[in-house]
Formats: sequence, structure tokens, C-alpha cells
Amino acid sequence: MTFKIGVLGLQGAVREHVKALEASDTEVSVVKRVHELAGLDGLVIPGGESTTMRKLMDKYDLFDAIKEFAEDKPVFGTCAGLILMAKQIENQAGPHLALMDINVKRNAFGRQVASFEAELKVKHVADNFVGVFIRAPYISEVGPDVEVLSEYDGNIVACRQGNYLTAAFHPELTDDNRLHQYFVGMVKEKAEKVPV
Amino acid sequence: MAQTGTDRVKRGMAEMQKGGVIMDVVNAEQAKVAEDAGAVAVMALERVPADIRAAGGVARMADPRIVEEVMNAVSIPVMAKARIGHITEARVLEAMGVDYIDESEVLTPADDVYHIKKSDYTVPFVCGCRNLGEAARRIGEGASMLRTKGEPGTGNIVEAVRHIRLVNAQIRKVAGMSDDELMTEAKELGAPYELLQQIKREGRLPVVNFAAGGVATPADAALMMQLGADGVFVGSGIFKSDNPAQFARAIVEATTHYEDYALIAELSKGMGTAMKGIEMSTLDPSQRMQDRSH
Repeated sequence: MTFKIGVLGLQGAVREHVKALEASDTEVSVVKRVHELAGLDGLVIPGGESTTMRKLMDKYDLFDAIKEFAEDKPVFGTCAGLILMAKQIENQAGPHLALMDINVKRNAFGRQVASFEAELKVKHVADNFVGVFIRAPYISEVGPDVEVLSEYDGNIVACRQGNYLTAAFHPELTDDNRLHQYFVGMVKEKAEKVPV
Repeated sequence: MAQTGTDRVKRGMAEMQKGGVIMDVVNAEQAKVAEDAGAVAVMALERVPADIRAAGGVARMADPRIVEEVMNAVSIPVMAKARIGHITEARVLEAMGVDYIDESEVLTPADDVYHIKKSDYTVPFVCGCRNLGEAARRIGEGASMLRTKGEPGTGNIVEAVRHIRLVNAQIRKVAGMSDDELMTEAKELGAPYELLQQIKREGRLPVVNFAAGGVATPADAALMMQLGADGVFVGSGIFKSDNPAQFARAIVEATTHYEDYALIAELSKGMGTAMKGIEMSTLDPSQRMQDRSH
């Protein structure tokens, strides 16, 4: 059976995630409103501007709906998505969705002129994954239930906690779909576990 | 090894702005209003285009102090404008760490023949275009993002509409051409041949294309999204309106939900007056900013 994955479509690199997921044998839809979450097996929160996405989430009750959705469905966040999923954000009063037990630092590598790409090892996924980092955050601390999947220069840039997957870089900006396939695997695993 | 300033990193930065609104601001206070409204980036400048138009004279890169003030005020990306062909202004802005440079016809061109060779820079550039030829030449020079020129500071959407329609129509034309027609089309457009081959193959530009130059209301922003813009720049439209914070919020929401017309109606109620605006036929040809570069 094919699984249905939504991409949060308020703003950001939505089309690229849709393309990567479609190439990974799933049915994909764009989510802008609460009712569009119905029937989905997983959700991707794309790269973009986290402050913008948060404001638009609050506006149309998406914030609580996504939190509820995430209680038993897999969620994958890249860059801004990672920031939205973290329980703690450095130099910021409160978190957003607070799904993952991680502490994240925004624009951790510097401004745009410091944005870079580099080859990464991503556990369970690849030994040679090109990570595109754009004004990227990194994860400065993780809780005991979080599995670190990738580090760059001593900083954590990808991890998993149960149903949640996150990356500080942008797998959607390359043609390499292996991290998306890994997430699809998580969605499949979870969907098959639910008693019919 | 880490590589900075690659096409993927520079174009990718613009991909992250898609579906969003980039707002012109002239100080820290306006930058905060923009960020609070949900802008994906701000453009730091000394005067918004409507005031540049009114002031006349030579418009240059903003005082670095203003750019710095804005950079310190917000966590979203900060863009700034350099004059067309002004290599040094661009290098200065890059050295200051701005996130994107707009090589912009809104400022008085420093070079009336050549644009900056933008591929030499680590910082990405956005440039204006009226047609596919201009779009392709700017990409050829290394622009990582495009925007329609429209007619800045007029609050009149007609030119931006003309430009987005023309660019998209020309892309469709190229996509439908046979290979043996492409070189002549490249000659006629004045576009790099290899780039046209890529556009034909992919049916789209290889970089993001935003709308700019005349957006004054939420409905204007939604219209440009409807016509295929990837996002919207608002120059004078916000801080020349009666209620900047409300206009800013409404334009952000209308851009995201551009096909939700009932919502746009709600957003547009009781907003006060939009910027006054200029009818094109009353604009002296010498005052048309869009004709300053080719």
C-alpha cells in the first residue's frame, strides 16, 4: 500500500519536498489548513523562515492541530522545521511545537555568506550525503531518548526521537532522496503497527 | 570539505523564501514591524521607492549604519540594494554580511552598460527582469533570484503583471520549441543558449522569481501569486499606507492563502487607505525605473 504524506505548505521549500517524497513512492499533498491533515500518515515541515511559519500556524489553528497530529504520527522537519520541532531554542523565550527533546541554536553557522555544503555521514542513511546548510541551525544538546544521526564539525545536524526525524540541512535541495526514503520507512513502520 | 557560495547554497537561500513576503524597511522599528507581521526577509534601504521618486537626484546604496541597525534588529534575513554595476557598493554590502544583494534599478545605475558579474561573489544576488531575455542575462551573470521589475514606488500593479505574464509566456514558448529553433530564439532574446536549453528541458527558470514593483494591497499580492510568482516584494506599499502593521500582516496572509478569496475579503476590510499610487500614463518616461537596465 502507498502512504500519504503531507508537506506543510505555508511557506518555504514546499515543492522540493513534494518532489522528493513523490520520488520515494508515496502519495503527497500540501497542507495549508487543519482539515488537510486528515488521512495523512506523516508530515514534513519544510525549510523556510521559522518565524513566518509559526505566525501563519497560529493564525489558522494549525499549531494545535499539528501538535495533536504528531502525538501518533511521524514528523520530519528540515532547517526551519527543526527549529519548530525543538523543545528549546537558544536566545529565544519559548519553543514552538516542542516535539523533540533537543536544544537548537538558530543561524548557528552565521549569516548567508557562511552558508555551505558539505558531505556528511548520516547513520542508517548514507556515508556520503551532501548536506546543504543555509543560514542553518545546529543542535547543541539532545535528551537521552534522542538518537544522533549526523554531526558536522562536532555539531549535531540530524537526529531521530521515536516518530520524529530532523535535519539542520536541506535534503530537499539535492537529488538525493535517501533521507526522505528513510522517513517514508518510519511512516510505513508506524502505520503498520497500528491495529486495523 | 565545506564549500561556501555555491549555486546550490545561493539559489537555495531564495528557495527558502518562497511563498513569503519581503518588505522594504528604512530603520530598526520598521524591520520589527515587518518581522512581527511574518515577513520572510527585509530589504534595508535609506528611502522606500516612492520617496526616492519624490526626492529625485541620485539614489545610492543606503548608509551602512541603517543596514547594520536593521541587521541587529531582526533574526530574519536582511537584503540591501546596490546600484547596477556598482561593484564596490556590492562588495561593501557583502563585507557587512548582508544576506542578499539586490542589484536594483530603483537606485540610479552606476554603469549604464554592464551589470555586476555576480557569480564572483559569495553573497547571492537578486535582480529585476521585464522579460525572459533580461531574466536569462541576469542568471548568466550569476543572479540567484529574480523579481519582476514592475514600476517601483507607483503602487500600480500593471507593470508587474505585464512582466510576470511576459516572462512566463516566453518560458512556455521556449518549452514548446524544437531544438533547431532554440539558437535563433537565444539570439532574439539575447539569452545564453545553454540556459535556454535548460529552461526548455525543465519548463521553468532555474531560480526563484518573485513579484515586485507596484504591490500595494493584499489582493495585489495574491494576484501576483496567482500569476505564478514564487513570492512577493513590497516596497512602498506597507510603510506608505495608513496602517503599516495591518497591511503587512494582511499581505503576508494573502500571499500564503492566495486562492482563498473569502479570506482575502476579510483581510481587506477596513484597512484604511493604501498608498496613493501613480497612473502610468502620467509618469514621465524619464522617471520609469524599469527602463534603466536591459
